[in-house]
Amino acid sequence: MSQINPASLKEATPAVDSAVSVRNVSKNYGDVQALKDLSLEFPRGELTSLLGPSGCGKTTLLKIIAGLLPQTSGQIEVNGKTVNGPGPDRAFVFQDFALLPWASVLRNVAFGLELRGVAKSEREAIAEKYIREVGLAGFEKKFPHQLSGGMRQRVGLARALSVNAQVLLLDEPFSAVDEQTRRKFQEDLLQLVANEKKTFIFVTHSIEEAVYVSDQIAILLPRPSRVSEIIRPSSFRGKGVENIRRDPEYLDIVDEIWASLRSYVE
Amino acid sequence: MLNRSLLLKLLSAAIVFTAWEIAGRIPVSYAFPTFLESMGALARMTFDGSIFLAYAETLKPLLLGVAISAFVGIGLGLWIGLSARFEWLFGPIFIVMQAAPLAALIPILVMVYGIGLTSKVFVVCIMAMPVIVLNTASAVRNTPTSMKEMATSFLASDREVLTKIIIPAASPVIFSGLRLGVSAGFIGAILSELKITPTGVGDIISYSRSIADYPSMYAAIFSIILLAVVFLNLLEVVENYLFEGNNRGYVSD
Repeated sequence: MSQINPASLKEATPAVDSAVSVRNVSKNYGDVQALKDLSLEFPRGELTSLLGPSGCGKTTLLKIIAGLLPQTSGQIEVNGKTVNGPGPDRAFVFQDFALLPWASVLRNVAFGLELRGVAKSEREAIAEKYIREVGLAGFEKKFPHQLSGGMRQRVGLARALSVNAQVLLLDEPFSAVDEQTRRKFQEDLLQLVANEKKTFIFVTHSIEEAVYVSDQIAILLPRPSRVSEIIRPSSFRGKGVENIRRDPEYLDIVDEIWASLRSYVE
Repeated sequence: MLNRSLLLKLLSAAIVFTAWEIAGRIPVSYAFPTFLESMGALARMTFDGSIFLAYAETLKPLLLGVAISAFVGIGLGLWIGLSARFEWLFGPIFIVMQAAPLAALIPILVMVYGIGLTSKVFVVCIMAMPVIVLNTASAVRNTPTSMKEMATSFLASDREVLTKIIIPAASPVIFSGLRLGVSAGFIGAILSELKITPTGVGDIISYSRSIADYPSMYAAIFSIILLAVVFLNLLEVVENYLFEGNNRGYVSD
């Protein structure tokens, strides 16, 4: 059974434990209102997708949560603490990977720890562990340009994991990799959510991807951006990764989301 | 692979020298000596030590000017690249400097700073600095935003963003500016010796021209080019040592 709530502000008040709370956030770029009075709860240990047509402000919202952009008004809380900038409780995975081309895989993965002042031997030991975890063992000494797109994003993911933040922010992380790699990534991501006990906030423009990986999908509608629906797929998560795409609920939700988004796509 | 590139470089030099020798033998002009005559003159000047004395003079304004241009130029370039206000203030000065007809400005410099070392250093700086400043500034401005955001999101301070992201990311373009600036500085050093007071290598060039000793004149010109090439290669070694990954291509493809 899919359980689809029309998300008004009142209903979004936390019944569950929230790792991240977005409260009445607005963002203006000059005269343009990018986000308007947006409120959203991100349950702890779950993956929430922000899904919407391009220009709906989903990346803006993610960057505000990351502390990379200031909001015009409203409040962001991570674990009950108000966000005023980047913090050790959040780690970001970038759409274009944002790797340092002059640094080896090892140094790239350890870069977050390097900036936190962790000693070299210690941070490299941690980095090596996560390099193994994302399946890049043996590539530590390689440079980013020697890796495929998918491997580069694994480096980006390992970097975000190695700082051990409770909240992972992923900005269309798989949009620059090919379809087959992307499917593998989606399966790995489900594993990661199950194993890591972290809260994931995942921006995507792919409806299928959002439904496939998410515990909760927030549909954002543009100009100005607001949350129009929150969808929580319920039945297919436990049936194994290979069955999800055949599940009737999966297919229904994909259709339903497309029906509500199609009028916003030029 | 390395040997092959060395071989090709040597081959390229051999082609140029052969062409020079042939052109000298035709001769294209009575004022144009052959390659071998010029090398003979160079050997003579090397053995009697006069070339070393000349370089002791020429290197003073050259090294001083290039060092000032590199340090001040990169510093200003970083600043201009980081601050839009500073760019409006200083950017036009360097664009004008780069376009200015230097030979016409030399008399003014001489009037203000005399005929000594100061004027010559100025000439070297005017030649070398603009390209270093402008290259550095544009390299800094073109640092990929996502790399800066990445560092910020992983809690880098502004200083760390500068030292760990902006400078390494800008270094290939900064170094190409340095290479262009250094070669322009060599031109400036010789120009100042020809136009202000004949000393050092500029003296050899103008004196041997006046007594029609063309082989010596071309030997001096050849030696300054050789020195510039050696210097530029050294700069490349430094760059590869400092920023190892940069000569291995970019991830942005």
